[in-house]
Amino acid sequence: MNLLQQFEADQQARLSATRATPEFVAGDTLRVMVKVVEGERIRTQAYEGVVIARSNRGVNSNFTVRKLSYGEGVERVFPLYSPNVAEIIVVRRGKVRRAKLYYLRGRTGKSARIQEKLAGKPIPGAAMVAAAPAAAED
Amino acid sequence: MAAKTGRTGLIAKKLGMSRIFNDDGSTVPVTLLHVDNVRVVANRTIEGEGYTAVQIGIGNAKPKNVSKANKGHFAKAGVEAPHHVVEFRVAEDALIAPGTTLSPAHFVKGQKIDVTGTTKGKGFAGAMKRWNFAGLEASHGVSVSHRSHGSTGNRQDPGKTFKNKKMAGHLGQDRITTQNLEVAMVDAEKGLLFVKGAVPGSIGTYVLVRDAVKRARHADAPFPTVAAA
Repeated sequence: MNLLQQFEADQQARLSATRATPEFVAGDTLRVMVKVVEGERIRTQAYEGVVIARSNRGVNSNFTVRKLSYGEGVERVFPLYSPNVAEIIVVRRGKVRRAKLYYLRGRTGKSARIQEKLAGKPIPGAAMVAAAPAAAED
Repeated sequence: MAAKTGRTGLIAKKLGMSRIFNDDGSTVPVTLLHVDNVRVVANRTIEGEGYTAVQIGIGNAKPKNVSKANKGHFAKAGVEAPHHVVEFRVAEDALIAPGTTLSPAHFVKGQKIDVTGTTKGKGFAGAMKRWNFAGLEASHGVSVSHRSHGSTGNRQDPGKTFKNKKMAGHLGQDRITTQNLEVAMVDAEKGLLFVKGAVPGSIGTYVLVRDAVKRARHADAPFPTVAAA
């Protein structure tokens, strides 16, 4: 591991210690609690939608969440380790066959549905999801 | 000429780019520079050479690659033969004793610096890439030459193309100084200097880091350098 990789690994360790990150993949529905600064005050705002892409690149990892806002498609890319993200909650597990769900962009309504993944076998990290809110309150 | 601040600069190896996450959620794009065992090799004085400078070296050269003359030169300062040696003009009171190890803590967070490096070679480049020319139109009768430069001169008078006309040619692999970059963070323990933004050159090359010529010395910047740890 060279010095640059070491620096990124250290930073990833520091940031992941401040907040638990549940396991999730493309197709899952997330509620992302985003910190919003309003003057002096900081409050959190929920952004809920379907994960359509995830990029795993160490500390530079990010994920894209798509939702429909007043009939208009909105996509937001969050850095996975951003201190601006207060909490990530997995609302629903989706059953998809692709890693990137860009095909959802052209679709609305019935054709943009994603089938729910029912708990056939335990999802790794599912326990972590339940534990995540508790950890965030500490 | 010595920098306005009179202080020496540093030589460092470019490691690549990354980013720093701040607690307020903002991120800073940074270039990591490795100041690895940078030591003062010799001093240049008015009495000796007619100018004042600090000669510093980085890295370690293989013994077989060091000439006999240089071996003697390095032995005089009692330092290991460095891979690369550079000189920085300094003020007379900013000379540093040979053998001193320099740390990235020579620079402080928030101060402005100038970074000199050799840019990546781009080979023979057209006028659009090299000089940001607009090229010709995509249609309206233009054929084959969409990325060419246009006219290069006038008519029978002057009857020639002027010298230094911007045309296609070799681009990159120049010594370039990027001015007024900001020091984002200093990790003296690991010998790392974090510079906000991009620095000229490819990864693994040596760059020269100096106090910005266009700024006064930062209040916290140590003079002539930090005391040896």
